[in-house]
Amino acid sequence: MATMVQAIRMALHVGEERLGVTDIFGEDVGPPLGGVFTATQGLKTTWNSPLDERGIVGMAIGLALAGRCPVAEIQFCDYAFNTIDLLKIAGNTYWSSGGDWNVPMVLMTPVGAGIRGSIYHSHSFDAQATRTPGWKIVMPSTPLDAYGLLLSAIKDPNPVMFLKPKALLRQKGPKGEVIPGEPGDDKALSKLIDAPLGDRTKWKPEWPKLEEYFVPIGKAKIARPGRHVTVLTYGRNVPMSVAAADELAGEGIDAEIIDLRSLHPYDWDAIVQSVKKTNRVLCVNEDTEITNFGEHLIRRLVEELFYELHAPPRLLAGKHLPGIGLADNLEHASVPQKESIKAALRELARHEP
Amino acid sequence: MLLRIHELMLEARVLEERLITMYKQGDGYFWIGGPGEEAFNIPLGLLVDKGQGVDHDYLHLHYRSSGTLLAMGADRIDSLRQMKNTATDPYSRGRNFAGHASIRKWNVAPISSPIEVQFSIAIGTAMAQRNAKGITIVQGGDAGTAEGDFATALVWASRKGAELPLLMIVTNNKFGISTPYDGQHGEVRISDRGKAFGMKTATIDGNDPEEAWAQLKAAMDYVRTERKPFLMEAMVSRLYGHSSASGANFVTNETDPLTRFEKKLEERGLLTRAKADEMRAKYTARLLEASKKVREEPQPAPESIYDYVFADENYVAETKNGEK
Repeated sequence: MATMVQAIRMALHVGEERLGVTDIFGEDVGPPLGGVFTATQGLKTTWNSPLDERGIVGMAIGLALAGRCPVAEIQFCDYAFNTIDLLKIAGNTYWSSGGDWNVPMVLMTPVGAGIRGSIYHSHSFDAQATRTPGWKIVMPSTPLDAYGLLLSAIKDPNPVMFLKPKALLRQKGPKGEVIPGEPGDDKALSKLIDAPLGDRTKWKPEWPKLEEYFVPIGKAKIARPGRHVTVLTYGRNVPMSVAAADELAGEGIDAEIIDLRSLHPYDWDAIVQSVKKTNRVLCVNEDTEITNFGEHLIRRLVEELFYELHAPPRLLAGKHLPGIGLADNLEHASVPQKESIKAALRELARHEP
Repeated sequence: MLLRIHELMLEARVLEERLITMYKQGDGYFWIGGPGEEAFNIPLGLLVDKGQGVDHDYLHLHYRSSGTLLAMGADRIDSLRQMKNTATDPYSRGRNFAGHASIRKWNVAPISSPIEVQFSIAIGTAMAQRNAKGITIVQGGDAGTAEGDFATALVWASRKGAELPLLMIVTNNKFGISTPYDGQHGEVRISDRGKAFGMKTATIDGNDPEEAWAQLKAAMDYVRTERKPFLMEAMVSRLYGHSSASGANFVTNETDPLTRFEKKLEERGLLTRAKADEMRAKYTARLLEASKKVREEPQPAPESIYDYVFADENYVAETKNGEK
């Protein structure tokens, strides 16, 4: 089974071989490094950009306007904040030109905590991203979804932001989730597509015969079915919430974990269906808690499903702090952890109206 | 050709004056435009390789570019429609200010209000043209060169072995809104900044259409054949201030490129005052009629705000009116 970063690489390979991707670029994206997380090793159309995030986003917009199919990377979302007005332009070009010009581009960027990345390698971007209309925003939590969402993003005629949960990039997915065409043996896959350490100037990957697989943008999935509480989450917090729910099963609490996968447009139908069943909601994400995407979901739930709710909906998010500190204790105290998810689920499940 | 340039300069001036009048009469909320840049912008529009796709020129213009679009053949009435923010405004469907055109069939990227972003976007169309026939032309004012995007274009366009076919144009009117050039810049010539990147550069008199034509032709030929960048600074005037926010009244202490050119043509016996006055009267009357027509055209419907958010055919905004 592939890791998420291998899945991303394979999706980009399929993208450039079959879906028309012309330029995969960003800081250290091309050879020799192939991306700081190895997401772009061995691909045909990669190239290195200057260390200029505004230039990267502008370049992607311009390439898209000129009919190319770019996939740009901001090395860490922490460095995307100086691009916000270019992200606005990418999002508003189709609308402000009254449908004259669309901007088919993909912007991928690693997000979130979990690797002791300290203040400038731990930011989340979902709150910013969902405040940038005109963009579609996706965030996978498994290698297969990363593969399928990235292929959908490449095919989409709009700007699509592909948020990579960096703590999951080297993780494998749930048992049985296989990318169509990947070899069954992990070591065999690694041998085919992972660049060797040291000199790799003569190395070329051997790509497995991959099949196209599209996860539609805008569709959530139930990562763990349950009856008592709904967890609305995405990215790194999905496997964390599933683990928390599994541990709570012994206490008679059966939580349903919804992996939103798309933050915009998001799958309101799936949310409503689950909340009507459980009547209790917990939103979990790592971005700072004030004007957080989970707050939007809770606002809409309160407005539209108020009488379905048996407990006040809760948000478990990153603390409203200027940064995430480096030390274990600091990082753990700043963003949701399995134990804090369990505590919140217990409280919600036991709440009596 | 000189008479053709003069006619277009005159028409561009009359067009901007009509837009200002529309604003002052309440037929628009805001005016910003290019009176004072005609001697440069008209030759630019005439020299462009107009068309769609990488084998034609891409244009990333700014909100003083009406003369360029007019010279390319844009329908005059469309500028009035955008001023009046009608549903028929083909550039933005009543969404954007005057002077913010978008013409995909001619590779004219949407003009947006930020004074710098076009420099970061232009490198992308230029990159797509490295092995094509067309070039990318990006234009901004002197004040916009203080923004980082100008440096972005300098850096990305001049990388060794990856040079871009990009003509960077700075129309220098010596003002950033209300702040004079000297209060914003230490460099004597903005074009000198290109030299550090090995670029060909020029600072030209943008108020002289003959010089502008010759210099633009040479620069465009260079970019077109060498596939390398060129930075041109054109000294121009700003004859009605920054925008309607500063009154949009004619200033008398700057060179008027139109009257200067007319004088030159008269001296050469190519034009008479009477003929120029007659042309002005003709265009003024024509645009007055057009403005009356535009006044009768529909305003955009409130529900149209949700149109063109996404390019998918069947996209329906999720939270439209609070429901699906």
